[in-house]
Order: sequence, then C-alpha cells, then structure tokens
Amino acid sequence: MVLEVKNIKKSFQGNIVLSDISFGLDSGEVMAVVGPSGAGKTTLLRCINALETSDGGSIKVDDKYLYREEKGKMIYADKKEMKDIRKKLGMVFQNFNLFPHKTVLENIIESPVNVYGVSKEEAIAEAGKLLQMLELTEKAEAYPHQMSGGQRQRAAIARACALRPSIMCFDEPTSALDPELTEGIAAIIEKLAGQGMSILVITHDMGFAKRIADRIIFMEGGQIVHSGTKDEFFEGSDNERVKRFIQS
Amino acid sequence: MLSYILNLLPSMLEGLKMTISVFILTLALSLPFGILIALGRLSGNKLISSIFQLYIWVMRGTPLMLQLVFIFFGLPVVGITFDRFDSALLAFVLNYGAYMGEIFRAGIQSIEKGQYEAAKVLGFGPTKAFIRIILPQVIKRVIPPITNEVISLVKDTSLVYIVGLGELLRAGKIASNRDASLVPLAVAAGFYLILTALMTEGFKRYEKKYAYFE
Repeated sequence: MVLEVKNIKKSFQGNIVLSDISFGLDSGEVMAVVGPSGAGKTTLLRCINALETSDGGSIKVDDKYLYREEKGKMIYADKKEMKDIRKKLGMVFQNFNLFPHKTVLENIIESPVNVYGVSKEEAIAEAGKLLQMLELTEKAEAYPHQMSGGQRQRAAIARACALRPSIMCFDEPTSALDPELTEGIAAIIEKLAGQGMSILVITHDMGFAKRIADRIIFMEGGQIVHSGTKDEFFEGSDNERVKRFIQS
Repeated sequence: MLSYILNLLPSMLEGLKMTISVFILTLALSLPFGILIALGRLSGNKLISSIFQLYIWVMRGTPLMLQLVFIFFGLPVVGITFDRFDSALLAFVLNYGAYMGEIFRAGIQSIEKGQYEAAKVLGFGPTKAFIRIILPQVIKRVIPPITNEVISLVKDTSLVYIVGLGELLRAGKIASNRDASLVPLAVAAGFYLILTALMTEGFKRYEKKYAYFE
C-alpha cells in the first residue's frame, strides 16, 4: 500500500468536516473520491497533502508517517521527513497555481533544482521528457498567462510529476474542461497509472470517475458512505444514497 | 540672466549633491527595511505584529520634520549622538521604511494563497518560498505605489535643512534672499523636476521589465 489513511478527523470551529475517514491506495491504482459539494472531499485531499492539519488519525505515505496520533497527541513528520514525503506526493490543484513569473520549463524544474538539489541539466532533461509526454514541448518557454486552460493544466501536471512521485493527487481536474479536454486528461491519468503511479482523484463528475477509476469512494457529510471497485459501485451498489447520486 | 544662473550653479550643485545622497541612501535602505517591516507586521506572533503596527502608526502618524528634530536634538539628551548626516538618514529610513512596509504588506497580502500552497507541496520551506515564489510577484505589484513614494522622497529631502545640512532648496533660498530674486528658487524647482522625471522614467522601465508575466 502506498498510501494509508486511518481514522482522519477534521473540524473547523466545531463544524465536523471529516469524521473518521480510512482507506488505502495500492500501488498503480486509480482511485476516485466522489460525492456532492460539501462532502469533505477537498478537505480530505488537503489533509493528505498536509495543507491542513488533522485533528486525529494517521496518514502513511509508503512507509513514512506524515502524521500519527499517539496517546491523543498528533505527531507530525519533522522537516526532513516532510521533505521526503512531499517528494513522493504530487498535487495538481483545481486552479493549477502555476508560478506566473516563471516559464513552463522553469515551473517544472523549480522544485527539483532549488529544493531537492537536482542538477539543472538533469532537471531540464527530465522536464523535456515530461513536456513531450504531455504534448507541451513547444510551450516550454511560454508563461502561464500565454496558454489556454487545458495547456496550463498539463503544465501543472508536468510540474507535479517532475520529482517522479509515487502518488499523484488531482483536485477536480475536469471542473474547467470541455468534454474533449476531459478525455485528454483521462488519457493522461491512464498513462501515469500505466507507469506505476498511484492516482487519487477528487471529482464530482461521475462519468469521469467511471472512465478512469479502479476503485471509487463515495463521501457525504464528512464520511465514506460507500466504497468499492468501479463495477461494484456502478452496477451492484445497493446503497440508496449512491444510487440516487449516480442517477442524478 | 544666463550668466547670473551660471554664477548660481556651483552652490546649487553642491546642494544637489546633498539632496541626491540623502535620496539614494534612503531609497536603498528603506526598501529592504520596508520588507522586514511588512514581514514583522504580518507575523503570526501577535506581540511582534502589534509592535510593528505601533511602529508604523508612530512613523506615519507624526511629521517627518518632527522625527528629524527628535533624532538630532532629542537623542543627545539621553546620550545618543549622531552627526547631522547620519541623523537625517536615520530619520528618513525609519520614516520611509514604515511607508514602504505598508506597501509591501499590501503587496504580500494580494498574492493568492494557492501560490504558497503550490510552493509548499513542492517541498519549499517558508523562506525559500517567499524569496523565490512570492517576492518577485510582490515586486511587480508594488512598483506603481513605490514610484509615488519615491517622488515624495525627492521633495522631502529638502527637510534635512532642519539639522543644518545644505541641500538644494536651502542653496536656492540663500541665494534668493541674498539677491532678492526668485530665479534661484526657479532653478531649484528645475532640478527637482529633472530628478522626479528621471525617477518616473526609471521606474516606468522597471515596470516594463516586469510586464513579461501577469
């Protein structure tokens, strides 16, 4: 298991957003987390990326704890462990958050070169491969504002891939895309999974989840209401709430 | 007339030299100082943040002329003495640092949260994220308001006469009184206009240099 989430809890000012979330992600697996708005999907993803702290539970990436609970106290990874974990954990934000003052190539090599000490030549060579895979080679020297939404998203994926993470997280990757681009991103996710990357996708697009996922988790009200393989989910689910959501 | 102006020039240029020294040193020191003030003001530590808030309030809430007087005439009372030029420079940097600080603060706060988060998930620590990711974007956004401050600074340098430094306007005034003529003041005005024009043009170019991204 590359990612193990156990009993994660989170509340904001007494408002429970996540209550007792547990699941695991296997190597090379594509998992979609679906559910209505406000279900806590994005908060879950932010907890996994340590953009939010968690009130309880543990998260393990490969064999390193991002945090764990011991005797009611949260113990976080120290700086060095955190840096190692971040390297294994890629994140593509819903609005991409590319660095506007850097070209696509600079966006991709920024972290490898300046945080992880990869040589510039090596980082550029690696970036070249990613740009080719994502059909962005001719945009290497472009700035984010000079590109379309779809291109920006692919640049963000390239940047997140630069350190060859073992897990890639996507937050609502289809929210701003037309159907054609949605198919494109599905193909990219397939390709990444084919290379052995594990993928965690937050989406409320059921068609997209069906297209890409091996396993689906349905969340509502901060809880996992249902989880199972894609087939179980779309055909065999006897959960009323899930049925209604799929049909809507 | 022309020969009269030529006669004025040596003393005026001497004053101009002082004006430019105060101006350049204040600018060079108050910008980095302003960044520090902004960071202090935005500190998560409530005590630090309120100390800087108090500082900004005092520095922006009292006249620069009064601050000059305090530093040059007041501090010696408690045993701290600076020479004229250092007093003037200190007052200017302390004062302008507060204004620059507020400009940088607004600039830093205008950067989207997502930029910090992107840096974070890419492994950046806070310092590196600030220097490499946030600050370049802040600089682009603060150039126009800083240009305003710089133009104010050109003219505020005339205040250093308070501590007995001979700057451009004072040279003009002395000649004006001596010769009962407004021409020296007009010459001083001409120099100020040239300085502000140079600064406006310089910052415009700097702004263009940052136009490559949005």
